[in-house]
Amino acid sequence: MNEIVTMNDDLKAHIIEALNKGVRFDGRKLDEFRKIEVKTGLINTSEGSATVKIGETEVIAGIKMNVDKPYPDTPEEGTIMVEAELLPLSSPDFEPGPPDIRSVEMARVVDRGIRESKTIDLKDLCIDKGLKAWSVSIDVLSVNYAGGLIDAFGLAALLALRDTRFPEYKDGAVDYHKKTDRKLILKRFPIPVTVFKIGNNLIVDPTVEEEGAVDVRLTVTSTEDGRLCALQKGGEGELSTEEIARMMELAMAKAKEIRELVM
Amino acid sequence: MAIKRTDGRTSPTQLRPIEAKAGVIKRADGSAYFRIGNTWAYAAVYGPRDLHPKFMQNPKKGILRCEYAMMPFSGMGDRVRPGPSRRSKEISMVTEKALTPVINLDEFPNTVVDVFIELPQTDAGSRCAGICAASIALADAGIPMKDLVTAIAVGNLNGQKVVDLCYEEEALEGEIADIPMAVIPSTGMVTLLQMDGIITKEDLNELLQMGVKACQEIYQIQRKALTDRYKGGNNE
Repeated sequence: MNEIVTMNDDLKAHIIEALNKGVRFDGRKLDEFRKIEVKTGLINTSEGSATVKIGETEVIAGIKMNVDKPYPDTPEEGTIMVEAELLPLSSPDFEPGPPDIRSVEMARVVDRGIRESKTIDLKDLCIDKGLKAWSVSIDVLSVNYAGGLIDAFGLAALLALRDTRFPEYKDGAVDYHKKTDRKLILKRFPIPVTVFKIGNNLIVDPTVEEEGAVDVRLTVTSTEDGRLCALQKGGEGELSTEEIARMMELAMAKAKEIRELVM
Repeated sequence: MAIKRTDGRTSPTQLRPIEAKAGVIKRADGSAYFRIGNTWAYAAVYGPRDLHPKFMQNPKKGILRCEYAMMPFSGMGDRVRPGPSRRSKEISMVTEKALTPVINLDEFPNTVVDVFIELPQTDAGSRCAGICAASIALADAGIPMKDLVTAIAVGNLNGQKVVDLCYEEEALEGEIADIPMAVIPSTGMVTLLQMDGIITKEDLNELLQMGVKACQEIYQIQRKALTDRYKGGNNE
């Protein structure tokens, strides 16, 4: 056990030393993402789907819709739900079993970004007031974990939603084999970007090694009108308000780049 | 014999289009992607690695542990809830039994080789696709094996014997038998055999022969996935 800790400390010192000189092991700048590749509409059993690759990290998102009774306090609204799975297939770090706290946190941060920005008007999901409404399940899963999952999850969830078409609903039943032309309308385009602090350096899109050396991180989800819709500080370290301001600037600038890439 | 299959195939022995690739998941010790028609499977192998809890360890050899899972959006219709179900537990078990005969873990006492199978999209034949992917991934991981394992479903659709049923065929009305099977191609030995439906023993015998033959065809595609990955010394 001791040996592993020492090795991590050495690696961490090495990573910090390099970052202080503005160097990352894979040659990127501190504020540079790996190559982002996205695909949509791959999975015909879903109502909408997307895969996002950021470097070698790969995630998949799929949408399932079903008809439910609305909650009594919101009779004119449907529901959305985000669930994230860190598949043991995708990394030796993830184990089988019920969702652990890491995946719960990621799902909740992605959920907040979509929900708080009012990306989906929940009233659009109403079929029959008080009786029937669509509920939209957004599942994001890791296929290949090579660092930095949460930003990939957030982007994949959004792209899968944008790809979504309503299945046919007739005589009280959903026909999943028939997709209508009706698309889910996205009113906003919230993009989460996580900024990581290692030593005194701020970086985005860490590799697995860099992620292991992180003291503290901040996920900032912003919309195209330059507003924030979700924040999440993580890690055991602390942040000054100046650092928070810098992280916010960086996250929003990166979100803008990513939005331009996929719009 | 020219017939019309529900998905447009023209012969009872025609397989859906197959695509296989080895080495698709970076941090796994071995991995593969296997697609047959609209059924896709990923498999990743981790190990041999320490087995916990300790009482499960076998001091004579390593053990193989398989986990089959459908992604929540992989089925037409309702969302599949994450986590094991009765169905997925049974499939995990039969997958394990289908693969165990070809692997040799005598050199790795007290360890486990974990195989994770995930299906992003399914249209019948998902356990067979999972087994095909898993055996490529095990070979990719360098696990000592005497051969790959290849799997396919055969069936009887109201008297018409076919290979590689798609979902529409499986769901036909009438007398339908659906028989997933796995074969060790070099010996023709069967390592998975299940059936849903009704069939005579004569028909079953004939279908088993059709299945063994189809597995030879799939075997070539599995082998190619591995040789493509390692030719030219590309084995990072």
